[in-house]
Amino acid sequence: MTTPSDTTQTVGLTTQEVFMAQQPGTTKVMGLEDVTVTFRGRPAVRGVSFDAYEKEVTALIGPSGSGKTTLLRALNRMHDTERTAAVTGRIMLGDTNVNDKSTDPTLLRSRVGMVFQRPNPFPTMSIYDNAVAGLRFNGVRKKSLLDEAAESALVAAALWDSVRERLKVSASTLSGGEQQRLCIARALAVEPEVLLMDEPTSALDPIATKRIEELIGELKDRVTIIIVTHNMQQAMRVSDRCAFLLMAEDRSGELIEYAPTSKLFSEPDDPRTLDYVNGRFG
Amino acid sequence: MTTLSFDSTLDPILSRRAEIQKIASSSVKRRKTYSKIGIAVCLLCLIVACIPLLAIIGYTVAKGLPAWTSVFFTKNMLPEGIPNGGLYNAIIGTLIIDAIAIAITVPFGILGGLFLAESDGPIAGAVRFSADVLTGVPSITIGIFGYIIWVKNFGYSGYAGALAIGIIMLPVIMRAAETALRGVPVNLYEAGLALGARKATVARKVTLPVALPGLITGVLLAVARGAGETAPLIFTIFGNQFLQTNPSKPMEALPIAIYSYSSQPYNDLIQIAWGGALLLMAVILVLNIGARLVSARLRRERR
Repeated sequence: MTTPSDTTQTVGLTTQEVFMAQQPGTTKVMGLEDVTVTFRGRPAVRGVSFDAYEKEVTALIGPSGSGKTTLLRALNRMHDTERTAAVTGRIMLGDTNVNDKSTDPTLLRSRVGMVFQRPNPFPTMSIYDNAVAGLRFNGVRKKSLLDEAAESALVAAALWDSVRERLKVSASTLSGGEQQRLCIARALAVEPEVLLMDEPTSALDPIATKRIEELIGELKDRVTIIIVTHNMQQAMRVSDRCAFLLMAEDRSGELIEYAPTSKLFSEPDDPRTLDYVNGRFG
Repeated sequence: MTTLSFDSTLDPILSRRAEIQKIASSSVKRRKTYSKIGIAVCLLCLIVACIPLLAIIGYTVAKGLPAWTSVFFTKNMLPEGIPNGGLYNAIIGTLIIDAIAIAITVPFGILGGLFLAESDGPIAGAVRFSADVLTGVPSITIGIFGYIIWVKNFGYSGYAGALAIGIIMLPVIMRAAETALRGVPVNLYEAGLALGARKATVARKVTLPVALPGLITGVLLAVARGAGETAPLIFTIFGNQFLQTNPSKPMEALPIAIYSYSSQPYNDLIQIAWGGALLLMAVILVLNIGARLVSARLRRERR
């Protein structure tokens, strides 16, 4: 730990301001403005706008086909690899428009990490090599930085204690839940500002799911999380805000309601949201 | 009011984030250059790999196309110096021989492939290994085999040629069928069993229909492979200047005609051989493209 010294910059914030800056729900990290994703010209999800805030978990919920995953993948330009896909609208990450042609997707993805449905550690790499893979991809060679980031990420992913003695062992020796936590650590090691999670527990058993959910709660101080889940209880447990999407008549998804999780689940504005959270359909 | 000092280096995560982002953006130019070089090397290798193919196609088209006259397709072979000779008898011969070969091989190949796909026992292992070895056996050996098995006993004939071509095609179909059938999700197979169906019923009603695009592709590719073989035919069908549609007699076929004409010192015959080569190549190309189209079409319809 660095101690406050003469390197300290005084930026003249009042106690109140510093306190405010550390409060969840005050600093906007990612802002979507009228985001539409089309495949072969047909919209899969249409006109979505909402903001994700620092130190918060934002959940995207809705039935299958409502475009949750499609929307999530737009946030770190994963649709670039799909030739038939096109994304319109603005996705602001700080001053950067994610969806701008001039934004370099590889640099962007070091700021916006992603965890997928199924654990996908690189099978030929060791646990350590997996943890630092993103750093190496981004040109980091300094051993001390790699070690420091790997340890910090593995600690944050609640994996350090069980793997510290076998960092050089192949990642495929880990259990499914551990593999997914390694994938979270791998994403965290790059120290992204936003972490996208696409149904990260759908391939895991309830105990492993519980650990990941606890982890999400601990991680939100470190990184802004946007999570797709089709499990409403999970959304209720882990998220601070919720975006509810639904498939419209033309089979494209649209945002029905965006609200703090407690409000969305107890007294939503839209009757369709109420029906959905009460399990009357979907 | 107290003024707090706010230091970004205090937070190890923020400072590490800044350091990583600095390294990432300073190295992005280098990484992009490497990426471009890598893609360029891939493209170059691709082009180099395609040169022989394109050269062969181009040369054969240039040499063979002038031979494609109506006479070429409709008249039998004639001796050198006599005008208006064609390859009609060879085209018909190839069609008949390959049709017989397909008729024999497809049932064996697909049912054998089904067995391989369903079984991992020692018999399947031995068959699979044999099929792989058979694929690698030089085709001239198979020609000699056909000669010993058939020609020694019954004489030269179209059947002997079909047998030899069938032996070439069999392992190709069998392994392609196995791959296609293994590609069918196990849960479909299990769903069938769970409804009380017998193994054979599931195979017939569920597995085989799902694997159909792959099976058709495999058969077409095997035909393309068999149709171009020359060596197995040299020892088995003998060749025939005249039209012979009875497969129990010596017949002519395109590869044989190309082989015998191209080694003649007469320009008109060599010209016809080029035409035959182009025809054979075109047929094989069409079969290959057809195989892709069929499987792509069927796969799309299923979705």
